[in-house]
Amino acid sequence: MQIENLGRESASNISGFQGNTIMVGSILLRGMLVGILAGLLAFGFARVFGEPAVERAIGLEGQFGGHSHAPEAAAPAPHAHGADAAPHTHAADAAPHSHAATPAPEAAGGHSHGDGEEELFSRSTQSGPGLLVALVVYGAAMGGLFALVFAFVNGRVGALSPRATAALLGLAAFIALVLVPGLKYPANPPAVGDGSTIGMRTALFFMMIAASVVAMTGAVVLARGLAARHGAWNGALLATIAYLVVLTVLSLALPTFNEVPEGFPADLLWQFRVATLGIQAVFWAVIGLGFGTWMEAASRNGAGRKAKLVHH
Amino acid sequence: MAQDTLTLSPNAPVLGAVRPIPVSEILPWAAFGGLILLLALYFVGAEQGATALFSGSAVHEFVHDGRHLLGFPCH
Repeated sequence: MQIENLGRESASNISGFQGNTIMVGSILLRGMLVGILAGLLAFGFARVFGEPAVERAIGLEGQFGGHSHAPEAAAPAPHAHGADAAPHTHAADAAPHSHAATPAPEAAGGHSHGDGEEELFSRSTQSGPGLLVALVVYGAAMGGLFALVFAFVNGRVGALSPRATAALLGLAAFIALVLVPGLKYPANPPAVGDGSTIGMRTALFFMMIAASVVAMTGAVVLARGLAARHGAWNGALLATIAYLVVLTVLSLALPTFNEVPEGFPADLLWQFRVATLGIQAVFWAVIGLGFGTWMEAASRNGAGRKAKLVHH
Repeated sequence: MAQDTLTLSPNAPVLGAVRPIPVSEILPWAAFGGLILLLALYFVGAEQGATALFSGSAVHEFVHDGRHLLGFPCH
């Protein structure tokens, strides 16, 4: 309640417009809070379904010579995972690692792809606090961006309730940001990926996401236009087809990277990639449904209070 | 549900129907908030990967697992 009042005051200072009971600042804050919650739940999912695959893949890095971006020629000392011929277990390493200068305790099984000189963080830090911070920051950021888009879209795409708008927006975000770009440039576990192409892959990955978001936005505008003449269902259907055609053409045109090493376990790759999609599905479901629930409750309270204000 | 929400007076109680927030109100938040939030995403997803604002690999190493599991190209 206090949040709403704060938001209303600050927004009315900006424009003097007092009609909306919930203002942009408080919508943004709510989005970030729901995003943090989504990040926490995604963390739980990632710990259970994602980390076993990451751990197993790291165990294979020596075998499949991942991390070719580590300057092995320049650094003669074999680093943690690069030059081992045998697959090594992380816990009890009897193999002759030349890690005399490594500050991190060997028992922690640190995983590094810097210069092979030091392990900055142990595996337990990377899979615990590191993963948690990554997902929570990702959550706050995506939740905030989601809320800003919601603030614009809400009330502008047909006669949808805030809750339905948020749910559809969450679904659209999952499809446009994750699912479709991920089909072209799928997530890769450790040990997969050629370090020499990281620049190209990163650029194309973000380009694909940007193009997908632009196409999705265009599809929503198109659906809105077509709905007036052909009805909401037909408009949405035609716009979906348009989005898929654009993205299909684009993904056929862009280069493909297949850097999965020969003999890399197919079940591990599958397990890892399904886990990454699961994490994102949990994440966007919590944002779309959680944010919508909160906004609808707030707009109902706000409308009630507004009515009272008008009557008195 | 009322379709013509735009024609309602700004001070009328709105039940069920949604009145859009004026773009002029969203824009300052979107410009400032959007920039900060995209920067946060950059640090989780790409810093010290293909590009680096800070030297070293501490950021990359700390968010390593998150980066892999969120689908960002890591290395």
